[in-house]
Amino acid sequence: MPLLDIENLTVSFPQHEGVVQAVRGVSLSVAAGESVGIVGESGSGKSVTCMAVLRLLREPPARIAADKMELAGVNMLTASRAQLSASRGRVAAMVFQDPMTAFDPVFTIGHQIVETIRAHRKVSKSEARGEAANLLARVEIKTPEAILNSYPHQLSGGMLQRAMIAMALSCRPQILFADEPTTALDVTIQAQILQLIKDLQAEFGMGLIMVTHDLGVVAETVDRVVVMYGGRVMETAPVQDIFDAPAHPYTQALMASMPGRSAGKQRLVEIPGASPNPSNPPSGCPFHPRCAVAEARCAAQVPAFKSQSATRAAACWRLP
Amino acid sequence: MTPALELRNLCKTYHLRQSGGVFARHSDHLAVRDVSLILPKNQILGLVGESGSGKTTTGMMAMRLVEPSSGQILVGGYDITALGHAALKPFRRQMQVVFQDSYSALDPMMTLAQIVAEPLHIHGLGTAAEQAEQALDMLVKTGLDRSYGGRYPHELSGGQRQRVAIARALILRPAVLVADEPTSALDVSVKAQIINLLLDLQAEMGLSILFISHDLSVVRSLTDKVAVMFQGRIVEEAATETIFTDARHPYTRSLLQAIPVLNPRERRARRFLSRAEIEAATPRLSGYGVSTGKPELIQIAPDHRLEAILQ
Repeated sequence: MPLLDIENLTVSFPQHEGVVQAVRGVSLSVAAGESVGIVGESGSGKSVTCMAVLRLLREPPARIAADKMELAGVNMLTASRAQLSASRGRVAAMVFQDPMTAFDPVFTIGHQIVETIRAHRKVSKSEARGEAANLLARVEIKTPEAILNSYPHQLSGGMLQRAMIAMALSCRPQILFADEPTTALDVTIQAQILQLIKDLQAEFGMGLIMVTHDLGVVAETVDRVVVMYGGRVMETAPVQDIFDAPAHPYTQALMASMPGRSAGKQRLVEIPGASPNPSNPPSGCPFHPRCAVAEARCAAQVPAFKSQSATRAAACWRLP
Repeated sequence: MTPALELRNLCKTYHLRQSGGVFARHSDHLAVRDVSLILPKNQILGLVGESGSGKTTTGMMAMRLVEPSSGQILVGGYDITALGHAALKPFRRQMQVVFQDSYSALDPMMTLAQIVAEPLHIHGLGTAAEQAEQALDMLVKTGLDRSYGGRYPHELSGGQRQRVAIARALILRPAVLVADEPTSALDVSVKAQIINLLLDLQAEMGLSILFISHDLSVVRSLTDKVAVMFQGRIVEEAATETIFTDARHPYTRSLLQAIPVLNPRERRARRFLSRAEIEAATPRLSGYGVSTGKPELIQIAPDHRLEAILQ
């Protein structure tokens, strides 16, 4: 049984001007210990999908519907508040893009990690504090005691992100959702944090969902890739296959447009147009207005998500 | 040939004052130390480094948007370092800037035609009708059709807004463009469009661009030369491909090492150097002159400068 099992998830936000359809029929499953990258641009629905699974969106305005949304056997659609609280932290934890806003500025890092541990487990304050120091040491912070006593504004972005990862791991989750965890960081710090997440994933044997817009991050960290666009899944495949032979025209175009693939100053392959407007998405396949090989039926009907092999599937009319 | 832009020994010091009333402690922070750079005509020079390395401060000083503490700025061979507001104005026409966040760089109350025409208006070039016409032409040149003239910034996508910012910067036909992370806030699928636009406009208009970025992949596709900044100073400068294939400074190498792989097959374990380790690994060179015992920027090849300690 997969650890995370989602079938036909839709998330919409009714607004004055109409309904914003952020996620439009996403199916996704993640096995225990598996690492999956969700790749997409802003507005593709990748973050909203994760927030919906953990029921972190405010409802209303958000409206979540799915044929199935199970996390470690718990039906997250009907779970009670108590069940949700039990799942978050122990089953799944999340690391956000901007650690500066994810921490509360008026409490020390130590206070916040201790609070998290004690919310889920019956341990004394001093035990929890000792555990927090161990966790900080585990995320390669050299002076855990000093960091425990620091306030968020006293730390660099990279240091805060380490502290947030430590906090996420404090209840030994079975799956970690990392939503653009390195986007706000410098390239050298990014490499360190990605390495750390990979090491911890292997050590704890936890599942990983890495949400990113950066194909490089995916190439570095995950086993399998889910490509999203316009609220839908375009393609899913093992990471090496995505890079060797992308099947969907959108994935192909993304790969071709990556800068720095070859030596020398040169024009890049560009994808014309801009990402779809989620309150007024195009008919049919969301990528068809920008697709070089689109046909009449692409605008008329949404292509079904079909398997090409045991490990690969894509939603494109042109694929068998 | 006179370079489009030349920076000579630029420094910027910020005076910091820590709270404590009359007992406050004062200290100086050297944001930029002794930076000398040449941007030749018709070339794109990449300025790379981490946040806090001083690359944006350097770019802003080159535009006289931040006042240097010492050093000289030459535009087309003229020293503009000490020029007053009025004397500087003709030079402002020759140097323009594009910022990372196009949303805050465009006035939300103005139409795109007004935004793009505003520099012409400020410099009193042509009648209102001519200004409007030129603005629409410039929008077309940056890939937006004339119908966009009446629209407002909030109606546009990020990539389109960055096109407008570029149109506004280029309408005065400047000689030098400083582009500070112009593609960092853009979607992956749109990034290539803006890089291509800059390449096309550079060739067509004979522009020289100082391209400030932390994204080394973009720098590789776009620039002729790269200067690497670390702790406020330039530690290495060379032709772009030399930097990518034959970097000599430990900091340049660690930056390159940190770029995510382009294929999962190339995944590797990395070792990261601390700031102190980088400083300690400063290359030692002999045969380039008299040793001072301190790190200095040495010309090790006609087109390659490297910070090293002479022995």
